[in-house]
Amino acid sequence: MTIEELDQIAESVHAENAKFDHEINVCMGTGCLSQHSDKLRDELTNVVAASGKKAFVRRTGCMGLCAAGPLVLVDPEETLYQHVNAAHAEAVVASLGGEPIAALQCNLREHFDQQVHVVLENSGHIDPEKIDDYIARDGYQALVKALTEMSPNEVIQQITESGLRGRGGGGYPTGLKWGTVAKASGDLKYVICNGDEGDPGAFMDRSVLESDPQRVLEGMCIAAYAVGASKGYVYVRAEYPLAVARLTNCLRDARRRGLLGNNICNTPFSFDVEIRLGAGAFVCGEETALIASIEGKRGTPKPRPPYPAVSGLWGKPTLINNVETFANIAPIIRKGGKWFACMGSERSKGTKVFALTGKITNTGLVEVPMGISLRQIIEGIGGGVPDGHTFKAVQTGGPSGGCLPTELLDIGVSYDALLKVGAMMGSGGMIVMDDTSCMVNVARFFIEFCMTESCGKCIPCRAGTAQMHTLLTRICAGHGTMADLDLLVDLCGTIKETSLCGLGQTAPNPVLSTLKYFKNEYIDHIVHKRCAAGVCNIEAPSAVEPPPTTTASLEVLA
Amino acid sequence: MPAFTPPPLPSDDKRWKIVNGTMRKNGFARHALIETLHTVQSSFGYLDDDSIRFVARSLRVPLSQAYGVVTFYHHFSLKPPGKHTMTICTGTACYIKGTDKLVAAAEKRLGIPQGQTTKDGQISLMTARCVGACGRAPVVLTDGELQGQMTGEQMLDQLERWAVE
Repeated sequence: MTIEELDQIAESVHAENAKFDHEINVCMGTGCLSQHSDKLRDELTNVVAASGKKAFVRRTGCMGLCAAGPLVLVDPEETLYQHVNAAHAEAVVASLGGEPIAALQCNLREHFDQQVHVVLENSGHIDPEKIDDYIARDGYQALVKALTEMSPNEVIQQITESGLRGRGGGGYPTGLKWGTVAKASGDLKYVICNGDEGDPGAFMDRSVLESDPQRVLEGMCIAAYAVGASKGYVYVRAEYPLAVARLTNCLRDARRRGLLGNNICNTPFSFDVEIRLGAGAFVCGEETALIASIEGKRGTPKPRPPYPAVSGLWGKPTLINNVETFANIAPIIRKGGKWFACMGSERSKGTKVFALTGKITNTGLVEVPMGISLRQIIEGIGGGVPDGHTFKAVQTGGPSGGCLPTELLDIGVSYDALLKVGAMMGSGGMIVMDDTSCMVNVARFFIEFCMTESCGKCIPCRAGTAQMHTLLTRICAGHGTMADLDLLVDLCGTIKETSLCGLGQTAPNPVLSTLKYFKNEYIDHIVHKRCAAGVCNIEAPSAVEPPPTTTASLEVLA
Repeated sequence: MPAFTPPPLPSDDKRWKIVNGTMRKNGFARHALIETLHTVQSSFGYLDDDSIRFVARSLRVPLSQAYGVVTFYHHFSLKPPGKHTMTICTGTACYIKGTDKLVAAAEKRLGIPQGQTTKDGQISLMTARCVGACGRAPVVLTDGELQGQMTGEQMLDQLERWAVE
């Protein structure tokens, strides 16, 4: 495969598309499929055939606005219809070339206009099961360019220059990681794509794998060339059957096109990728645990160093990056590291995909430049809290992150800014909570999650989270004391400092951040035996007087 | 060392051939353990003693290790599932949208705690950590089919339909 051949494929796709006056794109991501967008597509295809109009019905990946699904985008008019079902097919086809249907039209300019799509540039525009659709949108240009015009070092240099940092949550500089693996000695090296998106409330990796799997594969191939790897694995959650199916299809197509396998693009570079299914363990998102899982073992982490970059899968140097990190690689190579570095804030470059969920009007996926304020994301793009409720907190970073109150909504989103206020970028889940959520109960929810997901290898995490859960349950039931809070803070410190892996080290974050920003709710539960949000079942106060609140215990919290 | 011969299939049930196929594809390598267990679970619905023993012996993995892997991962089940399965997502987005009430309602209706199957083997009640359809929370899977924005009534209706089948 050469650049010319890619251009030829792209041209034939464009020529094919030009035969039609209209393109009807139907979102067939998991969200819209659950509302039978497959039936909608079949119906649209039938109606178009019967009407004789020159229109083409295309299956696409996620368009982002899951709240308004099933979505249909009509090109070239760029008319977006929401909540479309099979019964609307006739009307949609009839309106082609005329006035759009006002009742179905989705007018959320401010939702889309504030976004910058890099990772999601093809999502909703291409058929994820057709490699040629991807090639028609500059797909594989980056891989061919890297293989034929650049040395591995030059590739790493571009990535370093871009300032891209790991999108899985840690934020480790990608260029640096690639450099370490490239320098590691050994003739056999591995590249692993971490698609074990365990954070409940985050679904950007699923969406990227479902909507644009070729982009992730291209990123992996470029990475393999840069670090000198010959074998790759994509580790995907078994809970994402559609992503697995589209990825399987994507690997087959890439092999057929000679973009995967031996002597890619007639160069000495050979690389092949296999899919490995996760089996439902949150801890497997941690890189050493993920490696153990690929080796067919229990997914328990190992102490680092040695880092996987030096000794990873089967003891060989291994590069592990997240799905979204790989999805950023192709545009960086195509347009140059400097282009990428122009976006974002000083130390967090580029864009980030967030999964906006919870009590928010426009739930779905958004991609924004780093540095944008939380307020812009939640109130602008997200459309604010619905049903007349008031915003209480936003939770970022999943079970490792923190809950941030209204006062902090103006901070810019970046790795460092979020860490500073006790939260975390994480993989990009953003869960909005309103006045009907009890923050103590939320903290308990996360600790319960960490407790069940703790692999049990190290004691601070295994026993500590269980103790914290007991304390929080007691507080939620109205039996807590102020001394419990001191104990909780103490435990948090111990678990943070002494746990083996990231799961334990960050598990206390939801508790610490709620204690910091919503201390009054804890005190409400303990002293006044009251849950303002009405979530916790607090039993009627017993005859025994609550223990007096000492100033000493309050000072610890202050 | 004599060449390794994999053990014979436990029975002439065709599904064992599928399981064996997965192992053969991976050259009976030890690291294919999880892959193979996935195949067993998708073919038989669950993992029983016989299947774990067979897989362990075929891949030359100590039985203790195979059992350890089975019990470590949530996805693997040692009990046969009911005729129908109601899986309620308990991820954060669903939790914020009140999924705990759905779980409580289902438990009350079926008279079993989550993770169990009704005595008549008709319905299994499961919870999932997150199925990644948070935009449509709260979400349930009815026999694997995703249903978004679920209300207690809709869910109980479904359980009712299954119960009288």
